[in-house]
Amino acid sequence: MSSTAQAIHHEEHRQSFFERWFMSTNHKDIGTLYLLFSFLMLFVGGGFAMLIRAELFEPGLQLMQPYFFNELTSMHGLVMIFGVIMPAFVGLANWMIPLQIGAPDMALPRLNNLSFWILPFAFALLLSTFFMPGGAPAAGWTMYPPLVLEGGSSIAFMIFAIHLMGISSILGSINIIATILNLRAPGLDLLKMPMFCWSWLITSFLVIAVMPVLAGAVTMMLFDRFFGTNFFNAAGGGDPVMYQHVFWFFGHPEVYIMILPAFGIISEVVPTFSRKPLFGYKAMVYATASIAFLSFIVWSHHMFTVGLPLGAEVFFMYSTMLIAVPTGVKVFNWVTTMWRGSLSFEVPMLWAIAFIVLFTIGGFSGVMMALVPADFQYNQTYFIVAHFHYVLVGGALFGIIAGVYYWLPKWSGHMYSNFWSKLHFWSSVISVNVLFFPQHFLGLAGMPRRMPDYNVAFADWNMVSSIGGFWFGATQLIFVGVVIHCVFFSKQKATARVWDHAYGLEWTLPSPPPHHSFTLPPVIDDSQLAHGDTSH
Amino acid sequence: MSGYSNLSWGVMTMSFSNCKRWVTGMAVAGSGLLTTLTAVADPVPWQMNLRKGATRISHDIWDLHMVALWVCVALGIVVFGAMFIAIIRFRKSRGAVAATWNHSSKLEFIWTLVPVLILIGLALPATFLTRDIYDTTGSQMTVKVTGYQWLWRYDYVSYDGKPVTKVPTIWSRLAWDSNTARQLGSGVSPYSVVSKNGDHDYLLDVTHPLVIPAGVKVRFLITGGDVIHGWWVPDFATKRDAIPGIMNDAWAKVDKPGIYRGQCYVLCGQDHSAMPVVVKVLPRAQFNAWLSAQENPVTLDKAARTAEVTPSKPGPAKG
Repeated sequence: MSSTAQAIHHEEHRQSFFERWFMSTNHKDIGTLYLLFSFLMLFVGGGFAMLIRAELFEPGLQLMQPYFFNELTSMHGLVMIFGVIMPAFVGLANWMIPLQIGAPDMALPRLNNLSFWILPFAFALLLSTFFMPGGAPAAGWTMYPPLVLEGGSSIAFMIFAIHLMGISSILGSINIIATILNLRAPGLDLLKMPMFCWSWLITSFLVIAVMPVLAGAVTMMLFDRFFGTNFFNAAGGGDPVMYQHVFWFFGHPEVYIMILPAFGIISEVVPTFSRKPLFGYKAMVYATASIAFLSFIVWSHHMFTVGLPLGAEVFFMYSTMLIAVPTGVKVFNWVTTMWRGSLSFEVPMLWAIAFIVLFTIGGFSGVMMALVPADFQYNQTYFIVAHFHYVLVGGALFGIIAGVYYWLPKWSGHMYSNFWSKLHFWSSVISVNVLFFPQHFLGLAGMPRRMPDYNVAFADWNMVSSIGGFWFGATQLIFVGVVIHCVFFSKQKATARVWDHAYGLEWTLPSPPPHHSFTLPPVIDDSQLAHGDTSH
Repeated sequence: MSGYSNLSWGVMTMSFSNCKRWVTGMAVAGSGLLTTLTAVADPVPWQMNLRKGATRISHDIWDLHMVALWVCVALGIVVFGAMFIAIIRFRKSRGAVAATWNHSSKLEFIWTLVPVLILIGLALPATFLTRDIYDTTGSQMTVKVTGYQWLWRYDYVSYDGKPVTKVPTIWSRLAWDSNTARQLGSGVSPYSVVSKNGDHDYLLDVTHPLVIPAGVKVRFLITGGDVIHGWWVPDFATKRDAIPGIMNDAWAKVDKPGIYRGQCYVLCGQDHSAMPVVVKVLPRAQFNAWLSAQENPVTLDKAARTAEVTPSKPGPAKG
């Protein structure tokens, strides 16, 4: 074993820059690449959002033709979902899962390299469509036919990009499942794993189950567009609604793919800064699994107005409302973890608290939208735009940022600036509400989504929302500064434990951990684990 | 169509006040007796909530929406309140010492059961209301609605148990003043687009609205001609996707005459924001006069004038 360690050590020495960053099979380096890619895409997708909010700043068209606006909304959605949220979670999984289960690396390191390096090519394909004749796809990120088929040949590039992203995330998920099931240190039972590993294990199965469904949907679209089939063409005997069923059979589990790992992060952060074990650990595991199961039987709630049969409307209303129960369990358990704790409010905890509040607000509007009659008034309005931005920005993105602030000292070996990271937090949490809360009002007043222009009655709240948008966007530049300062310039060394009540195997390693960690399986001491006590 | 235009503008007067309307917009829908047609249900600046609307269904949905909203607010107060108390009371800086418990079957049972009960309480009325929304039986009039890029087509199919054959198709396009103002670099302010009765109807007015009678259950057959559109009048709570190859049905029974506005709500291409839905609800007698004028264009002008001076002649008896 020691000779292997020496060999690895030796290899580490002669790695050139190109070898380290382009040919890497090291989970930490690949995790860093994923996170950097996601960070870059955050500003690409965020740039689209800024243009969207600029056009919506006041009624009338000021900046762009409506078709270009539609290109922006479509690409904003695709980039944020497939380019930011999902790669960021995979990056966090790459970094943290081996450290949390005491594994030397991911189970399939070369596959890991492949699954990352697919992504830049996928997004190069996707973003290149802006420069093609006919422009980028402009039918929304949901790509509903027949509208999407009216787009130029660029939709072929979008479809192949989606195939590649799907392959990338499926390979990533296979790797995560293989790692968690095979490489846990001896004595680290599944029910002693950190919640982050649990949530990713469950998420991985969701990814493997539904990404092929999306691939199937877009492949049928490809054939309809270029090879004369009629899957979705009513005139040829096809059915446009079938696309929506297939798409949302992917799309709803996708929603949970983008939130379950954040649940995991929050379940790590809250106990640490409450100095108290996570309340109801097993219930949290079961709740996550229930949410994942239910996510497969609720898809038509995205389609309440397409003219489903009455029985289907009622079924999907009930199944959707059921999801509120395990989700409620999670929220109650986080709050109860804080209850009678010994709380301190370091930056990761601030983001976690904001996550709980904002995600819960998004959950509330979700319950309202589950009610079929009420959804008739909310469907496809800004109310739903507000809803899914609360769960995806206030939820998924805030969860990711909480995770980055929680583990960044571990990764870099340095502490970040307390002042600037707190400024980043307070500015974000205020501006995100200025940005998205008024969108509830716009939706209730009747403003449909995906519109570059609107009646003057909608002007005031749109202006408020845009101001919040520019503010939130500018605030994220602070984040860039905090991360760059922490990694390259910070003089303040991080301790191994970093946070005084952080438990789990990752905190037993020095900060930063050696390039190859746990080359020998650690001896598990239950008192070092967050969930070492499984008696309950 | 000119006679009908005369009618539409002739019977309109301005009865608008801007005061206090922004709070909910409900005041607008509920204000006074209308002897003339006004826009009773436009969105208003700073509007924050749903409008109650003009149909029984829209009222019931508003009630359900408000119940769900208050349930959420109450739950929010409990959850965020508990969190707030924890944040204040159990601070390390105030010397709080962490408890070590991490489990309580009783608590977890309670907060699984209580949400289930609350959800059942919301789901039951929602189920009955969904059934009502789907019940298009007993309608006295049928109108076919077809969405195109980017206009609505309305065909009268039947009325009072008889097929309607002679009424010409209504092509309902964005009004020309809005269309001029909405062009990039037009130099025309959206605020300058004002109807004759003072409404700011930028992007919410059409060349020819759909005309339906008040107090009559109207069934809409909704489909799409090219891509998927969505036909929605918020104040009727009538909303259905207009999908090529599929005929959806929906209904509305509007008691109060007036002009009701909505928009296409499904992304349908570059001019998605430029295909409003405008429905003019006429008192039944006026509607009948309008309809016969449409069926017999020779007497159009005369009928229009007749309708104009006889506002409330009772319509044909109907069981």
